[in-house]
Amino acid sequence: MIYFDNSATTKISPEVLTTYDTVSQKIWGNPSSLHNFGEEAWNLLEQARQQIAKLMGVKPSEIIFTSGGSEGDNWVIKGTALAKHRFGKHIITTSVEHAAVRNAMAQLEELGFEVTYLPVDKEGRINPADVKAALRPDTILVSIMAVNNEIGTIQPIKEVGEILKDYPNIHYMVDAVQAIGKGLDDLVFSDRVDFATFSGHKFHAPRGTGFVYAKSGRKLSPLIDGGGQERTMRSGTENTPGDVAMARAIRLVKENEAATVKNEQAIKERIYDHLKQFDHVRIFSGRNAGFAPHVLCFAIVGVRGETIVHAFEEQGIYISTTSACSSKKHAEAGTLAAMKVPENEATSAVRISLGDQNTLADADEFNQVLDQLYAGFQKIID
Amino acid sequence: MQYTEIMVRYGELSTKGHNKKSFIDRLGSNVRHALHRFEQVKVHAQQDRLHVQLNGADYDEVMKHLKDVFGIQNFSPSIKVEKSFEAVAAAAEAMVKEQVTKPVTFKIETKRADHHFPIDTFEMNNRLGGDLLEKFPDKLKVDVHHPDLTIRVEIRLNGIFLSSETIKGAGGLPVGTAGKGMMMLSGGIDSPVAAYLGMKRGVSMEMVHFFSPPYTSPQALAKAKQLTEKLAKYSGSIKFIQVPFTEIQEAVKEKVPEGYLMTVQRRMMLRLATAIMEKRHGLAIFNGESLGQVASQTMESMMAIEDVTNYPVLRPVLSFDKTEIIKIAENIDTYDLSILPYEDCCTVFTPPSPKTKPSVKKARLYEQHLDVEGLIQRSLDGIKITEIHPGEDFLNQNEDVFAELL
Repeated sequence: MIYFDNSATTKISPEVLTTYDTVSQKIWGNPSSLHNFGEEAWNLLEQARQQIAKLMGVKPSEIIFTSGGSEGDNWVIKGTALAKHRFGKHIITTSVEHAAVRNAMAQLEELGFEVTYLPVDKEGRINPADVKAALRPDTILVSIMAVNNEIGTIQPIKEVGEILKDYPNIHYMVDAVQAIGKGLDDLVFSDRVDFATFSGHKFHAPRGTGFVYAKSGRKLSPLIDGGGQERTMRSGTENTPGDVAMARAIRLVKENEAATVKNEQAIKERIYDHLKQFDHVRIFSGRNAGFAPHVLCFAIVGVRGETIVHAFEEQGIYISTTSACSSKKHAEAGTLAAMKVPENEATSAVRISLGDQNTLADADEFNQVLDQLYAGFQKIID
Repeated sequence: MQYTEIMVRYGELSTKGHNKKSFIDRLGSNVRHALHRFEQVKVHAQQDRLHVQLNGADYDEVMKHLKDVFGIQNFSPSIKVEKSFEAVAAAAEAMVKEQVTKPVTFKIETKRADHHFPIDTFEMNNRLGGDLLEKFPDKLKVDVHHPDLTIRVEIRLNGIFLSSETIKGAGGLPVGTAGKGMMMLSGGIDSPVAAYLGMKRGVSMEMVHFFSPPYTSPQALAKAKQLTEKLAKYSGSIKFIQVPFTEIQEAVKEKVPEGYLMTVQRRMMLRLATAIMEKRHGLAIFNGESLGQVASQTMESMMAIEDVTNYPVLRPVLSFDKTEIIKIAENIDTYDLSILPYEDCCTVFTPPSPKTKPSVKKARLYEQHLDVEGLIQRSLDGIKITEIHPGEDFLNQNEDVFAELL
């Protein structure tokens, strides 16, 4: 099997699973308990936090554990709205965000917030000048994803940060779920970014893990209140095994980051260059440095995306329509629509997303299978 | 580029008159202490400057440690070349190549201590400047008034030294030049900051920590030690004096009216600190009080407490707002430790409504029910002193086991 759907989820790595298992069996005390059995769990959890902070180049107190990307996105957006609605009710985001951001925004709109959705160019990228033009005295939040999950576009996080330096009161949030381990930390943690959200299962950590980077001094209301865990920012008994396993997963990802990026870029290029030869293929992702190395989105125009997915699946290759989260809803790809890709092309779009276990041999096999499938599809393409 | 030495400039030291020599000697030995892990490094403390000869040591690492030494105004990594124009020009070229990525303005600043060297200051500035302009026509432009980059050339007897960066040092005065102080270290945010500021003004600090098991947890003690560890890098090591306080706290709780619990407890602490200081030849007692922050930190309260000592009680963060204190705590990396939620002896037995304006008279009166001398003596008999070095770990004894999981 060739697994090319790493942006949907990744396989938990054996070492990470060992950690999860060991912590679950041995250090299962409640970190909030006062006795030293609980204390041990607390120490372990804090050490995991420190490790993540160190690898990310931030302070331990700025890392807050969550259940994943959707929670992180919802929290920062709604938490900002709760904390800052007295100062204004205007939010700026892009028209290509993940549903977790998009739908959180939609909920706020129902409550009377105004949201500006920035347009994108044909590479799926916003123009920083549009951010500047959209800013208003009552803007409280700017939320921009670092890497688009559907086509891999890297957004101009730094440039927007430069603009926002003149507006120090606005929260600047980056959905970094697709950016971890892709050589993009400088971008995500550039100095004006206030919040960044991460999801564990995208980098071989268990499901239900994640964390938010929250710059110290920035005010965010909690969404989950209760026992006051995570410094009252996110209540609920700590997921010690999950969080510790995630800390390990990050270390592993970081250790191999440079090699992974290089490998993924090489695989992507090999497939990209192959795809280019076909008349009915449209490639939406770029091959250049403006795109993350692990995402490649294309269409065989005239064949529905799900048909392509199933055809590959029969050959043991797993890809997806543009976003696993929305692919079952037959929704037209949000990003492609925002890029003004014609509907017939957008409904044909599929996404390859690479992980560190993929090899160039996988690319060759994919290309071969594509040749066969394309020959077959030509009958149904007029 | 491999720098050959780091030139260290003194701060206030230069104005210390008679004491200058002892200050410089102390700074020299503090620098040696801070750099002792770099075996090949040689430190020469001279009248005007201090030179750190790298002899191949990693200059980034050395500079990282220099930044924690008080008494240093700033320093410049420099490179020593042989005494010829060609050697100077080659080194300057390498410097520009490494440091200049986008176009900048620059100037050359030459100092000639060796007047036998044939090229004088003026000529060196001109020739070297011209040479660099020729080599980097797109990158460099001369601006002698407000240059982005200043390349300093020092012609000395033993060679020519080039430098271009000036890095800010920690400032302050060398630790030890002010004498010894006793820091009343709780475990909160304020006292480590106060200790840091005291050390910055040259005080050699010893930590006095009161613990009251089982009312305070072993973790609270470990936390205080870990905070001490964080500060130890500024002086090489710090003595940690743990003082048993359980019996006193119980006696006070039993005999003293609630409104004066805190005042009397603090008076007992100050008596102990005074006794320890006398024995250890200290000159002052330090604490982390900030005026008006909590009930015990009013001037009335300070007066009622200080009644028991004749020595100066110094409060480096007296006039700081909490936010200002937190900022320093974050900078010196004690904040995250300080906010760990362990009970310390300031938080147990805190009365619901302490007197914000206690009187000396009443405090004395209530103490008559206590065997003050006996209590103090028994506590002093139980003192334990340890020396804490940078890098020691007290909070996380399981770290090795954990390392396998992470």
